[in-house]
Amino acid sequence: MMETNVLVKEYVNMKEEPRIGVYVCHCGLNIAQTVDCEKVAELASYLDHVVVSKNIIYACSEPGQQEIKDDIFEHGLDRVVVASCSPRLHEPTFRQMLKEADLNPYLLEMANLREQCSWVHIKEKDAATEKATDLVKMAVSRARLLYPLQEEKLPLTKRALVIGGGIAGIQAALDLGDSGFDVVLVEKRPSIGGTMAQLDKTFPTMDCSI
Amino acid sequence: MTDVGRHPRIKLYTMSELVDIKGYVGNFDVKILKKARYVDETECTSCGDCVDVCPVVRPDKFNLGLSSRKAIFVPFPQAVPSAYVINVNECLGHNPVVCAKCIEACDKDCINFHMSDEEIVESVGSIVVATGLEVYDPTELDEYAYTRFENVLTSLEFERLINAGGPTQGELIRPTDRKRPKSVGFVQCVGSRSARKGASYCSNICCMNTVKGTLMLKEHYPDMDIKVFYIDIRASGKGFEDLYRRSQRLGVHYLRGLPGTVEEMPDRSLRVAVENTVTSKLEIHELDMLVLALGIKPAPSTQRLQEILGLQLTSDGFFLEAHPKLQPVDAATRGIFYAGCAEGPKDIKESVTQASAAAARAIRLMHDGTITTEPITSQVIPGKCKSCGKCAEVCPYNAITVDVKKKTPATVSTAACAGCGTCAAECPFDAIIMNHFTDTQIINQVDALLEDRPKEKILVFACNWCSYAGADFAGVSRIQYPPNVRLIRTMCSGRVDEKFIWDGFEKGAPVILVSGCHIGDCHYIDANQWTDKRIKKVHKKMEKLGIRTERLQLEWISAAEGVRFAQVMQRMETLRQDVTTEEIAETIQILKERKQEKGRSKKRDDIL
Repeated sequence: MMETNVLVKEYVNMKEEPRIGVYVCHCGLNIAQTVDCEKVAELASYLDHVVVSKNIIYACSEPGQQEIKDDIFEHGLDRVVVASCSPRLHEPTFRQMLKEADLNPYLLEMANLREQCSWVHIKEKDAATEKATDLVKMAVSRARLLYPLQEEKLPLTKRALVIGGGIAGIQAALDLGDSGFDVVLVEKRPSIGGTMAQLDKTFPTMDCSI
Repeated sequence: MTDVGRHPRIKLYTMSELVDIKGYVGNFDVKILKKARYVDETECTSCGDCVDVCPVVRPDKFNLGLSSRKAIFVPFPQAVPSAYVINVNECLGHNPVVCAKCIEACDKDCINFHMSDEEIVESVGSIVVATGLEVYDPTELDEYAYTRFENVLTSLEFERLINAGGPTQGELIRPTDRKRPKSVGFVQCVGSRSARKGASYCSNICCMNTVKGTLMLKEHYPDMDIKVFYIDIRASGKGFEDLYRRSQRLGVHYLRGLPGTVEEMPDRSLRVAVENTVTSKLEIHELDMLVLALGIKPAPSTQRLQEILGLQLTSDGFFLEAHPKLQPVDAATRGIFYAGCAEGPKDIKESVTQASAAAARAIRLMHDGTITTEPITSQVIPGKCKSCGKCAEVCPYNAITVDVKKKTPATVSTAACAGCGTCAAECPFDAIIMNHFTDTQIINQVDALLEDRPKEKILVFACNWCSYAGADFAGVSRIQYPPNVRLIRTMCSGRVDEKFIWDGFEKGAPVILVSGCHIGDCHYIDANQWTDKRIKKVHKKMEKLGIRTERLQLEWISAAEGVRFAQVMQRMETLRQDVTTEEIAETIQILKERKQEKGRSKKRDDIL
């Protein structure tokens, strides 16, 4: 039954007019020295369903996030596009921000203006700004069709596997074990100890390794 | 070490390796192969009676062949578990006629030649990869003559010689005459920081390891003449500079410049020619012994483990972390963490620090006994499903069940689904929705990108884990490439539906690139093999329709291949420039006609 519920939600959301907020991050100068962030934000404001479009010095900073959260409440935003760094870096940050603003975290879309634009087209400011505009446009077009998703909680096995019984494996196993978790420690050789066991005194303390 | 052996919560499997893994974060089933030890480790008291009678003598690997051991042996005195082990390849055999002397000698009957390798399955919630290192083999650096002259030693051999528990009880002697050397030279950066042979990276530990070695020598033999040949001394850790200074104060001679040649003199001492780059003069040094400060390489098991666990490696061959600054101990795969040299060369203190961090990250994941799954999973629209079974066939996780005979619609187990989206891409009836990466969401992106001046743009589909990460890596490294490239991220290249490609060409894309993890490195077991098959299929269709197949490219780019990513983008740009406006217009026409034809035949089918 749950499956159809989500599908229904998708249809419902598509019939509603989305209200999108776009935030073009300067990342200090990391993005802004190559990309004309003000221009990108302005061009994004003309896109359909974009209610707010701003440029922002550091979107991930506390004041940056607060500004976005305030906008969500003030303008009734239901989708957020953050054009900043790679989603591989800050997607969790901004998803959390949406949660705090009472929005489903999956109503976020990111455009990668740093790793995939300003940093790789440093000397081509116009082309980079054009690309940034396109990336934001693509993100907005995708954001229009985003719909809320529900996370699921599953039971978990409270045990850890540690592969390798050198100093790192030993320390990890002991820390886990001392914290009350069962540990399976797998070592290829007949004894644990690894390379460390072969060493005499070790720096910086100059004491015995074993 | 002994704490591990005694710890009530730690189950230790030695002589064991991970061979397979099933499941997902929070609930992994790992298969471990435990090789036979032929000695009952719980019963063995390490009395050593067996060793006395064993007739087989072999070089002791732990001491790097500087001493010998028997076929039944304990790896080193402090070994954990404290139990003997038989190297069955060296042992003469358990047949009493042949040998079996150890069996007779063992009062506790610990030795059992009927032991066999075991396969054990354990359930775990998280994994810490701490596979360590291998030292560089200096054989290929012929200028240092490691294989030719016996008094040229590696740093690890030196360690064993100055170790009180080593083959000489800590007495440093020359291998050739077993006399204490009067002068010792250390050569730094052996196998590190070289563009020519060995690795290009700094191995991090060798400078301080040499400084430590010189201090030990000066402590034992204050009159010994010690020289260190180096490029830079990197003593950047806490307290390291003090040790370096102490070594200098004690009279250790630090010389900037690496030896060019090493020759042996009639008395077996060594003649080292080195350009001192401070004075720019060629110097000749006569030394009784030379120690090569070996660099660190990834452990030999790294590659195999990377394949089993679906992890990524850097171009140096170490494991790649999810983020170098913010997630330095996390793998990109959730629930897997790195500790120690598996992730990169590091010293003991750093290894311990990282191991504690990895443990804390694992605890953070596991502490409340539940795991929150990402809802980026696929789901079937029952009304559209024709129960053909294609989705179940392509799913790498066996997460889809469908009864082809009874014609019941497919169902997805959301717990098992990892969200690659291959099923949605392969479903011939559009009956599967890939949440968060739906057909319409992606097509909207394609259309937005190609709305304005499509001819100038390069459309690239990139998988989250490898190719998109590779593009990020190019960014972090500031590697420049043509600015008309536009990436669309999918979780896996397996998600790239044929219709995204047709839509792209129909909207005027000159060229399209589909990129994913290398075959064998797919984050979703082997979902990218379906990408490969699909692109081949589309190429055939393009050929039939009269569209140049070069316009659709498939490339495997890993997360570490930032340079290659940029090269591929350059190549795409060259390909794009070859595509004319007329060619694009013709393609659009062809595809429109194809669509109409398809529409007509569908109507016909519906009527029939």
